Amino acid sequence: MTTTNEQQPLLEVSGLKTHFFTEDGVVKAVDGVDFYIEPGEILGLVGESGCGKSVTVLSVMRLVGVPGKIVSGEVIFEGRDLRELSDNEMQSVRGNRISMIFQQPQSSLNPVFTIGDQLNEVYQIHENLDKKEATAHSIELLRMVGIPDPEQRVNSYPHELSGGQAQRVMIAMALAIHPGLVIADEPTTALDVTIQAQILDLMRDLRSQTGTAIILITHDLGVIAETADRVAVMYAGQIVEQTNVSGIFERPLHPYTQGLINSIPVLGELKDKLDIIEGNVPNLINLPPGCRFAPRCRPRKEYDLTICSESIPDIRPAGIDHSVRCWLYHDKNQHQAPLSLSQISPQW
Amino acid sequence: MTKSETLDKHQDLTAETTTSRSPESMSAVVWRRFRRHPGAVAGAIVLSIIVIAVLLAPLSPYDPVKSDIKNRYQAPSIEHPFGTDGLGRDLLTRVLYGGRVSLFVGVMVVIITSIIGIPTGMVAGYFGGWVDNILMRILDAALALPTLLVLILLSAILREADVPYLKSNSVMTIAIVIGILSWMTVARLVRAIFLSLRETEYVTAARALGASTFVIMVAEILPNGFGPIIVEATLGIGYAIMIESGLSFLGFGIMPPTPSWGNLLSNAQSHLIEYPWLAIFPGLMIFLTIIAINYIGDGLRDALDPYKVFSKIKE
Amino acid sequence: MGQYIVRRLLQAIPMLLIVSILLFALVNLAPGGPLSQYSRSRRMTAERAAALKRQFGLDKPLAVQYIVWLVGNDWMAIDTDGNGITDSYGTRKGVLRGDFGFSYNTREPVLNEIFDRLPNTIYLMTVTLIVVGIVAIPVGIISAVKQYSKFDLTATTLSFMGQAIPEFWLGLLLILFFYAILENPFTGESLFPPGGMYTIGEDFSIWDRIHHLILPVTMGMVGWVAWYSRFLRSSMLDVKNQDYMRTARAKGASERKVLYKHGLKNALIPLVTMFALDFPYIFAGSLYVEIIFSWPGMGRLYYNAATARDYPILLAVLIIGAVIILISNLLADIGYAFLDPRVRFD
Repeated sequence: MTTTNEQQPLLEVSGLKTHFFTEDGVVKAVDGVDFYIEPGEILGLVGESGCGKSVTVLSVMRLVGVPGKIVSGEVIFEGRDLRELSDNEMQSVRGNRISMIFQQPQSSLNPVFTIGDQLNEVYQIHENLDKKEATAHSIELLRMVGIPDPEQRVNSYPHELSGGQAQRVMIAMALAIHPGLVIADEPTTALDVTIQAQILDLMRDLRSQTGTAIILITHDLGVIAETADRVAVMYAGQIVEQTNVSGIFERPLHPYTQGLINSIPVLGELKDKLDIIEGNVPNLINLPPGCRFAPRCRPRKEYDLTICSESIPDIRPAGIDHSVRCWLYHDKNQHQAPLSLSQISPQW
Repeated sequence: MTKSETLDKHQDLTAETTTSRSPESMSAVVWRRFRRHPGAVAGAIVLSIIVIAVLLAPLSPYDPVKSDIKNRYQAPSIEHPFGTDGLGRDLLTRVLYGGRVSLFVGVMVVIITSIIGIPTGMVAGYFGGWVDNILMRILDAALALPTLLVLILLSAILREADVPYLKSNSVMTIAIVIGILSWMTVARLVRAIFLSLRETEYVTAARALGASTFVIMVAEILPNGFGPIIVEATLGIGYAIMIESGLSFLGFGIMPPTPSWGNLLSNAQSHLIEYPWLAIFPGLMIFLTIIAINYIGDGLRDALDPYKVFSKIKE
Repeated sequence: MGQYIVRRLLQAIPMLLIVSILLFALVNLAPGGPLSQYSRSRRMTAERAAALKRQFGLDKPLAVQYIVWLVGNDWMAIDTDGNGITDSYGTRKGVLRGDFGFSYNTREPVLNEIFDRLPNTIYLMTVTLIVVGIVAIPVGIISAVKQYSKFDLTATTLSFMGQAIPEFWLGLLLILFFYAILENPFTGESLFPPGGMYTIGEDFSIWDRIHHLILPVTMGMVGWVAWYSRFLRSSMLDVKNQDYMRTARAKGASERKVLYKHGLKNALIPLVTMFALDFPYIFAGSLYVEIIFSWPGMGRLYYNAATARDYPILLAVLIIGAVIILISNLLADIGYAFLDPRVRFD
């Protein structure tokens, strides 16, 4: 997997597979995921519900519970493979070098402890501060994320906060020990649109101030456009395309990505029908043998490609800082695109 | 492959990606889920055996009431699988007859609590306001008394009272008495369901279509409660049997010579050590019946409400 | 909070009044009052019966009798010899002043009878509940943490059994087994006493007390342990899947901390509430345990009184029971609000 910079990426995930062993069968939620993120970068991880984005990042944090299990892959963070750490070592990474914030901020906070207690806990776990010192830090954290009157707020309970405030608290908790990476799993999906904008602004500002990298998971392409530096697109447990944010909008290569971009309604554009991607996501227990998007792929149908239903393509470079998992762009032995780009995507 | 064959093949793949089953009826679904619980199925089998056995009680060659002093206190044997009691009566026969009484009381109590509790809960939950307030006050008053103690008191009083119907029908009396003090749980359950569902959209839609209040309550909201109500009723049978046995054991339930599992146990106390079978078998029947019912209730709970929607409403 | 408590207490009073009126009416409308034992005697004549009625104040209308019961009759004139002429003031002070009347059987003040027995019941039940806590809480937690493990499945099965077994049958089986069948291998004596709180005639010894406690406590605790361990298990399971548990892990907390600090505090809240609601049992005791093991407590008092139709005692125990239930409901609500910051008084 080539990267644009010569310095090592902050996090590099290769060949990650996380399967769930259920009564009904093995659910291959993450089945071969490769991506990387540079220090200080904001990487957007995009995909529909159920495509495996959350499981991917939970696997990075090693927070996947039974019946799930990380079956294979490497998760190299700051030079170490996280999969090889002991439980204790992993615990000292979590909240400290990598933090995570979640979709429902209010239920992500423990209702019976004050937010001060919960913020302090991070300091108590990782820096062994006593209550007084920790509280002082926590108050500053709250100020940093824009919570008014933080000295009073430390004694509030989570149910006394609004959704936006709760998410700010979660962000504060995530940034307490200056992690290198923050994973944000759909942080704004549950919030009002105006609050959403505020939270995203906050996250961008904090990134500038602290240099923390962010993996931002979302299904909203608008959020990606505003906030991300680079983007990885996931479908049915695999990354299908990875590039910088302008590339994804101006030159989407994978038919799925193209479908996503196409289906965004554009203000001012008149259409009779919205463009949709026909069909449904595959059942993750009974996956088709070839490319997972093949049943719904328009170019495959148009060009009558059989290889798509027979084997899964690898993810390969297809331009500067742009990789894609699609038979349209390379065949089994070459790195070259078998079809020229203009042939496949005439509108670009 | 030709183009059309390719397309066909992929249409198959597409079809497989959607999970569609042919529609199953509700009861078939419930039965399928119930079957998955080995405990519940075992419980159902055990309970069926017990019910059939007690129904077949009249087939016994022995009389449950007439004494036969020659044969008193016989240990279990082939002629008397459960032994005989102090008056020489075959214990197995008495246990089976006692089972009829205990099961009858169990079912009767549930019927009574449902008759009282379900309408109460419906009205309180749906109408709210002062109606709810009053009904809940009554419910709280009923709950403010220690149940067992009041049952004993009521039983003692009724025994003194010379009400002819009650005296000759101690079984029904006990059922009524227990029922009057047990309707509160069902009422609370139904009330909770009605409280939470009365503001839902489909109720508003039904109202907009002109459905009368009564129809809405019975036809729209109540069916949602069938699951929890059935589970509660099932478990209620077990609870009632336990209470009746306890009361009869104390001498405040079913009176001899009518056998009930409880009063059989009571009789066994005096010679517990010399003739232990007198205590072992009746109690064993109570135990098996109730544990079977509990397992069935548990299985029903999962079969009817696998996502535990209603257990969260309960509070 | 103080306002809330006062309001609840004020609401409880009419409730108690209504309950007491109902009970009083029930008890007195029932045939077989204090005179029933006399009515069977051959020397009872109609005149004597009427005189007795006047003596006990039973000829007055029920409402008056209730008032007397409630506030006593030392402020009104009564007829002590039953001849129809009032001659002195009454001696009863009424329930509100702590006078529950006299037992029909023993002629002792009811409250004395009750206070004689109450400590024994509290003693037994407290020990029982402590044992229940010691067993049920760890079992519940471990069952939840190791869901579907062998431990969990065994515990669940045992719980089902424990909840289905009739308490009184269990008591008989315990006596049968531990008193009658098993023997001390050295002395050939029974392993456990069949009843009583302590060995009569001997000096106080802790071991003797414990010896006498083992079987009754075992009998009483089985049902409770079965129920509470399952309840705690389901409470912990609810908590286990909450988002905030995931957050705690993501912060780097150890699994133990996540469970015991974040999880348990939430899971115990419903448990504490349930326990507060079961609090009245400490006083009413377990009837069955006391009867089977000849324990001189409240339960046995009530049972004997019921058999003998000793209504003053029955009435007193019921009223006190109702008061305790109402108080424990209040405590449950307060406790719940105290523990769960989301609940505040409206």
